[in-house]
Amino acid sequence: MKARVTVTLKTGVLDPQGKAIEGALRSLGIAGVTSVRQGKVFDIEVEGGDPAKTEALLKEAADKLLANTVVENYRVDVLG
Amino acid sequence: MKAAVLVFPGINRERDMARTLRLVSHREPIMVWHAETELPAGTDLVVIPGGFSYGDYLRCGAIAARAPVMDAVRAFAARGGLVLGVCNGFQILCESGLLPGVLMRNQQLRFICRDVYLRVERSDLPFTRGYNAGQVIRVPVAHGEGNYIADGEIIARLEGDGRVVFRYSSPDGMIDPNWNHNGAINAIAGIVNEAGNVLGMMPHPENHVEAAIGPTDGRGLFSGLVEHLAKAA
Repeated sequence: MKARVTVTLKTGVLDPQGKAIEGALRSLGIAGVTSVRQGKVFDIEVEGGDPAKTEALLKEAADKLLANTVVENYRVDVLG
Repeated sequence: MKAAVLVFPGINRERDMARTLRLVSHREPIMVWHAETELPAGTDLVVIPGGFSYGDYLRCGAIAARAPVMDAVRAFAARGGLVLGVCNGFQILCESGLLPGVLMRNQQLRFICRDVYLRVERSDLPFTRGYNAGQVIRVPVAHGEGNYIADGEIIARLEGDGRVVFRYSSPDGMIDPNWNHNGAINAIAGIVNEAGNVLGMMPHPENHVEAAIGPTDGRGLFSGLVEHLAKAA
């Protein structure tokens, strides 16, 4: 099965990289951008065809390694 | 002092650390590979040195924190064993859950490599008995991700329990945003766990121990540890 884990910074956590990208967009003349927050995307392939099992497995993976839940949130999407 | 220095792929400060431990304790530290599941018998100090374990992939220290040897370090720390993490070692301790919080990208987004001043907040720990509380020491930093942060409740607990051990300060010990090089909350440069036996710090005391090279302000941390362990033995 294919799945995607998206890791984002929690609200309120300062994101200096996002701020720098925001500034770069402004200097490129891309107007109207009010905020950028940088995150990570993991595209993962898992053995077997059970979406519930895949979701549980990837939640474990995210809790144990993919995200630092002190400052990050994650979302698991099973794509089938 | 029987020190064990952990070695992870991508670590590059382990030889500086070993040299300092040898110089101050007159004993050869044992280098311990990350895949080991046990620490050498009789280890009384575990040191996690600086560098770029696993190339800082995923998050600084994230992959090293899950290495087999870290289970042994966790058990050692739970028994009251002394653990010192410097720079990437601090990041690894945070990622492993041995210390709270996380080290984010420096506020000004630049890698910082220079001497800094640290105010030693307390002198009653095995790590700081070589200093006086309030003393200012000069040691180098070299990091891109040293901006310490934790949630408000954890910061309040760290401050309330006196677990902030080192703060970035001016040469005369004032806490000032201009001297807080990476934007760390409350200018935090180093903290201990609740029991006071696990210290994580971003600066490199091991690089300021020899007069031939420069200041020797880092030496007190190691000589204090030697003294503490000699007394405990």
